[in-house]
Amino acid sequence: MTTGWPILSAIIFLPILGALFILAIRGEDEIAVRNARYVALWTTVITFLLSLVIWIEFDPTTPVFQFEEKRDWLGGSINYRLGVDGISMLFVILTTFLMPLCVLASWNAVQSRVKAYMIAFLVLETLMVGVFCALDLVVFYLFFEGGLIPMFLIIGVWGGQRRVYASFKFFLYTLLGSVLMLLAIMAMYWEVGTTDIPALLAYKFPPGMQVWLWFAFLASFAVKLPMWPVHTWLPDAHVEAPTAGSVVLAAVLLKMGGYGFLRFSIPMFPLASEQFAPLIFLLSIIAIIYTSLVALAQEDMKKLIAYSSVAHMGFVTMGIFTFTTQGLEGGIFQMLSHGIVSAALFLCVGVIYDRMHTRRIDAYGGLVNRMPFYAFCFMVFTMANVGLPGTSGFVGEILTLIGAFRVNSWVAFFATTGVVLSAAYALWLYRRVIFGQLEKPELKAIMDLDTREIVVMTPLVALTILFGIYPAPLLDIMTASVDNLIMNYEAALAAAQQAKLALVH
Amino acid sequence: MNEQVSPLTNYLLALPEISLVVGAMILLMLGAFRGNRSADLVCWLSILLLVFAAILVIVIPATGKVAFDGAFIMDGFAQFMKLLTLIGSAAVIFMSFDFMRHARLMKFEYPILIVLATAGMLMMISANDLIALYLGLELQSLALYVIAAFRTDSVRSSEAGLKYFVLGALSSGLLLYGCSLIYGFTGTTGFSGIAAAASPGEQNLGLIFGLVFFMAGLAFKVSAVPFHMWTPDVYEGSPTPVTAFFASAPKIAAMAMFLRVVLAAFPEITHQWQQIVVFISIASMVLGAFAAIGQSNIKRLMAYSSIGHMGFALVGLATGDLAGAQAVIIYLAIYLVMNLGVFACILSMHRSDGMVEEIEELAGLSRNNPMMAFLLAMLMFSLAGIPPLAGFFAKFYVFLAAINAGLYTLAVIGVLSSVVGAYYYLRIIKIMYFDEPAEKFEPMPGALQGVMAISGLLVIFFFTYPAPLVAAANVAAKSLF
Repeated sequence: MTTGWPILSAIIFLPILGALFILAIRGEDEIAVRNARYVALWTTVITFLLSLVIWIEFDPTTPVFQFEEKRDWLGGSINYRLGVDGISMLFVILTTFLMPLCVLASWNAVQSRVKAYMIAFLVLETLMVGVFCALDLVVFYLFFEGGLIPMFLIIGVWGGQRRVYASFKFFLYTLLGSVLMLLAIMAMYWEVGTTDIPALLAYKFPPGMQVWLWFAFLASFAVKLPMWPVHTWLPDAHVEAPTAGSVVLAAVLLKMGGYGFLRFSIPMFPLASEQFAPLIFLLSIIAIIYTSLVALAQEDMKKLIAYSSVAHMGFVTMGIFTFTTQGLEGGIFQMLSHGIVSAALFLCVGVIYDRMHTRRIDAYGGLVNRMPFYAFCFMVFTMANVGLPGTSGFVGEILTLIGAFRVNSWVAFFATTGVVLSAAYALWLYRRVIFGQLEKPELKAIMDLDTREIVVMTPLVALTILFGIYPAPLLDIMTASVDNLIMNYEAALAAAQQAKLALVH
Repeated sequence: MNEQVSPLTNYLLALPEISLVVGAMILLMLGAFRGNRSADLVCWLSILLLVFAAILVIVIPATGKVAFDGAFIMDGFAQFMKLLTLIGSAAVIFMSFDFMRHARLMKFEYPILIVLATAGMLMMISANDLIALYLGLELQSLALYVIAAFRTDSVRSSEAGLKYFVLGALSSGLLLYGCSLIYGFTGTTGFSGIAAAASPGEQNLGLIFGLVFFMAGLAFKVSAVPFHMWTPDVYEGSPTPVTAFFASAPKIAAMAMFLRVVLAAFPEITHQWQQIVVFISIASMVLGAFAAIGQSNIKRLMAYSSIGHMGFALVGLATGDLAGAQAVIIYLAIYLVMNLGVFACILSMHRSDGMVEEIEELAGLSRNNPMMAFLLAMLMFSLAGIPPLAGFFAKFYVFLAAINAGLYTLAVIGVLSSVVGAYYYLRIIKIMYFDEPAEKFEPMPGALQGVMAISGLLVIFFFTYPAPLVAAANVAAKSLF
């Protein structure tokens, strides 16, 4: 189904338009700054509303790409092509949904160079949405890597104490992984003669080549996701980034790695994916258990949540590489749920950081006495982070675990210990920050959420509970695409098996 | 394609070169009679002369015709590269006014030397014969030696000129020795004759010896490792506009010459020269990336950066095929634009007490001059090869060609060294954006603002409409085959 006008391009480039508006605002005085904030807010809100049109118009019964657009670009069959299917559409919505919240969260927290900050965020939104809409590998790469520039500046300019170190580490780590993927993209171009994603999805790469390409893509996505052992940039980047930067990083940028596995690694290199699934399981389990243990030892709230993100991403990779309906849908759902929950947790940290200017856990305690509403929100998200039934975190975890159990019960067993550990670190964090006596004198005057913060928190609380109780709207949209993915994957494996048998005979 | 032409057409084809040389003579007379008062006028007239030559280059049909008994060729490739060279030279003179005035270097010889060097470069680009190549090369080099030492009251500038001259003479010697061996073992100096004699079947050891010496000389001219030693010192010692010139036009001409020689004269023994190019390419990329990290002077840093960039361009050359040639052409075009922009910024690093060259002086530029900081940051990201900026496409095409040619090791080392290189470009951005502001610079002169803005905008918006450059480079590259 297609609408008559290029709606995806409109969603992608609308934020840039907003950025240009902000650029046109003269001066650095209070009014200019306020205008910049409002322009950014309205741009992101309109972008979100526009993206809802895709959701409404989306046809969930078919796995084909919808809302397609195609234009000549580089020549040589590298074209500007866009489209979304049941997997990518949800990430587009997630991104556009979170951006207004990010702008609101930065409303008072960011006081220096506000115009530049808002421009960086709007540019970042363009690039993130573009990643999920791209139907050409070079276009995808352009958006994928382009996101490094605004994020580097966001961390480096508006970050905390060690921002320089964190921003460099983030940039170079990600770049290092991605350039190898770039070479793989080039090799695919010469093999197939195009970088058109639907064409590449239909192409059967030779098994020997698949292995190399798969590892090149892994290098990029493993860093981005991040998977153990290349996750070390993430805690640094999260801790140093401003609140909204952490939100975007956790909620959207990490998902690009998982999305990459779903869009490229599995459907394009099914044989290599099957061959190296055990490796992914191993790395996932290590990520789940090891980073959960590391999270237990953290003194910094953001760092704790960052490590818990790595653990949750471990569930995602585990689910995706089971190649079962439950595992794949669980992985995608987990990503979406984590997008909401981790964003919310970082926002919660941001709320008290704005008041006290510290993220140290032992600087807090007994907040429930002064901030009951805040304590409620934080509790909902903590429970979702643990994976309590009735919250969105539960659905993703249980589905990935079911998928894993069908494939390998040991994998499921070890992963389940991660659930226990996550309860330990998350509840302990909650206990230390919220409960107990309000003894610290500097906390005596702390205020509960103001209107702006309530506006930010309410939709997140609502969605966390809604999708925990009624996950069908999301699952229905992805079903057709996921089934199609599995069908093609199994067909490819069967064909390879046939070829092997034919050789034997 | 090498069609002979009538004697008159000989001169017609070489009209841009001839007009440059004649124009330079006239300007020299003007300067000699009117003295340094006329320096401004001579500068403007030189720019006009270069623009005029560019128009001639466009107008003259580039059909692959050869002139002067095959010594001179005018094809699509020559046309494209000559245009780039002329743009580079004209832009550098345009950017020089302010600096030269402040440094009391505003002399009429300066633009004339640039015009003469440019005439030599055009000759190099069109050379289809070893003798013609050498003539063009020496005309270019002699002019460059002089302007490197143009600041006669500065020891560093004199040292730069002397160093450049001694090492340049050495490399010319190597090149000539290679030429004589090639001539001795093939019996001709024309590229097509050499190509016919250098057949892949029989091992002609003498020819290969000659080729090695010859390529050592060429590598010196493009400042590829291990013949790069002169670059940082000369870049640092020369007056900054001269450095901007060294980094742009001569690099393009030398690379164009390199490309033409290996593709026109040695197409049959690709595997012989390919290993040399692969080696110097890897060495240049790696050294450019690592050595730049420790630099504190921005001109030295740009020297190592240009060594690295020549390494990337050589990746395309190493393939020896159409895709590679196209990639090199795209690379050089984008490299020229980026370099001019960066040097426009370096030239505006000017305080009341004179020019500054330390990278630290850029601290906090994003607060003092947000526009300049933003454009310089974009140029730096582009030099590092980050999409969606133009520099990414430059690297994209060379590596695309390398993968196609099966040069996987080269490609992997190349992209990894580009990650290392990203570090020092990021460092400049970090200093501009993350550090506390230093003292403000003097306001930027209009000429520099213009060059910087055009370059920055081209770099940022290249991705929206890249097709024309890609197509033009394709046409140019096809004329080489």
